[in-house]
Amino acid sequence: MNVKVIVRGRAEGAVLCARHPINFLGGIDKKTGRVRDEKHDLFGKFLGDKILVFPNGVGSSVGAYTIYSLMYNKAAPLAMVCLHADITTASGCAISNIPLVVAERKDYESLRDGQKIVVDALEGKIL
Amino acid sequence: MSYAAHKYYICSKKGTALELTKEEEAALDGKQGETLAMAYRILVAIGKATGADKLIPVEWAHLSGVNYNTIGDAGEQFLSHLSQDAKFKIKTTVNPMGFDSDSVSRFGLDEEFIQKQQSIRKSYEKMGAIPSFSCIPYEIFEMPKGGTQVSFAESNAAIYANSVSSLKTNKESAFSALASALTGKSPHSDLREEENRKPKLTIRMKAEPADELAYGLLGYFAGKVADSSVAISGSKGLDRRSCKSLCAGMGTSGSCGMFTLGEGEGEKVDFDRKELASVRDELNTAESGDIITLGSPQLGLEEISDLASRLKGRSFRKRCMIFCPRAIQGQMRDLGYTKELTRAGGEILYDCCTCLTPLVDKEDVDSVITNSVKGAYYLRTSNGVGVSLKSLKQIVEEETA
Repeated sequence: MNVKVIVRGRAEGAVLCARHPINFLGGIDKKTGRVRDEKHDLFGKFLGDKILVFPNGVGSSVGAYTIYSLMYNKAAPLAMVCLHADITTASGCAISNIPLVVAERKDYESLRDGQKIVVDALEGKIL
Repeated sequence: MSYAAHKYYICSKKGTALELTKEEEAALDGKQGETLAMAYRILVAIGKATGADKLIPVEWAHLSGVNYNTIGDAGEQFLSHLSQDAKFKIKTTVNPMGFDSDSVSRFGLDEEFIQKQQSIRKSYEKMGAIPSFSCIPYEIFEMPKGGTQVSFAESNAAIYANSVSSLKTNKESAFSALASALTGKSPHSDLREEENRKPKLTIRMKAEPADELAYGLLGYFAGKVADSSVAISGSKGLDRRSCKSLCAGMGTSGSCGMFTLGEGEGEKVDFDRKELASVRDELNTAESGDIITLGSPQLGLEEISDLASRLKGRSFRKRCMIFCPRAIQGQMRDLGYTKELTRAGGEILYDCCTCLTPLVDKEDVDSVITNSVKGAYYLRTSNGVGVSLKSLKQIVEEETA
């Protein structure tokens, strides 16, 4: 599938799908890389080494630092696929060199938990 | 209706590509050093994300990412490194930090926390930030004339600036506002363009009583259902306190960066007793609390004055932390508010806020009473304590004697 590249790079890994938007600051533990918001559908899940597929980021502007901290703490997703790239997610990924792409809705909805994919955020493709 | 689904999200991106000037291209390529290259990388990424056609000048950057509790070692080291040669190009103000230096010794924070927080403070000051440590820049600084482009990261401040102060900003992130501070620029997109400021959804305020707590909950609801701008109708009693509460609630749950008042075009949804209860149930996790916190956003002089007059003679039954910007410390003292609030047992804290505070520790506190919806979300998720949401009126009635 073709995707819009927001932050360039390339990553290969298993998909982790979130139904809810993510508030990185409140919702994610920056040290462990786990979802700590018990009301979130990914509660308890580890984001590291995954291709994180989620609608968009919400909430605190400091979430960009959470993304940077996840990278620093080796607990960051390998790449992110969004339906809508918000400013917090885009800037957090840009500074952390985490590939970020935006997928069309039908392509986005076809991605499944555990599916192995390649995010080619150089050519703008998911393979 | 399930408000968790982004039902009303409408993506209206233009297909235009981001065009940079020769100077901007050169800076992006590192010709003006690594700091500016990084700043332009951020601007280009958010420009692409938001479908911007160009970068435009902004006059003022308000930065988040100041509290060591939120940015951690990664952030502290990043800023320390950055401040070795970076300088802010435009007026730059900063969000609250983790504590009030005057009273920090009473809180048992470890030495490492204090040192790293002071390092962050020094880094921002070295780069030229005004040490405001406030999430309500709109109440403590003179506002530029209407229509001025600014870059505000703190979400409640961005929403307030767009909706009340007639400024133009996107709901910036800590890094995008930092990039604006370093370059004096921001991508021209979303709420920076007049045509995108028109709401496509109206929320009809039908909940009673229409106090600051109801408006905070309405904001949290709005953030979940609205696109980048939302209209709110039936907004009686929207005073400054309720307005700040609305902005803060909206900034917590969503990516919506602006509201207008009165019925707009397009879809309409009601925010009635049922919707209010549904949002309240998500955030209200305790019957009562061990302590009270007031301020997220920080209380300005107007709210402090109101609180002092409500308290006359009464005292808090529980410990009550009151968070304010340092900028109003002198006026509070001169007008007698400090004395009155202190007499009532209030603990006034400057430069910091409820939101992401390290001063509320779940080892000592099971649950907190607050009128802040934003505070409630972060107290639960970040501090791991229970939250009892009450309006200020209720707090004064039930928690003072």
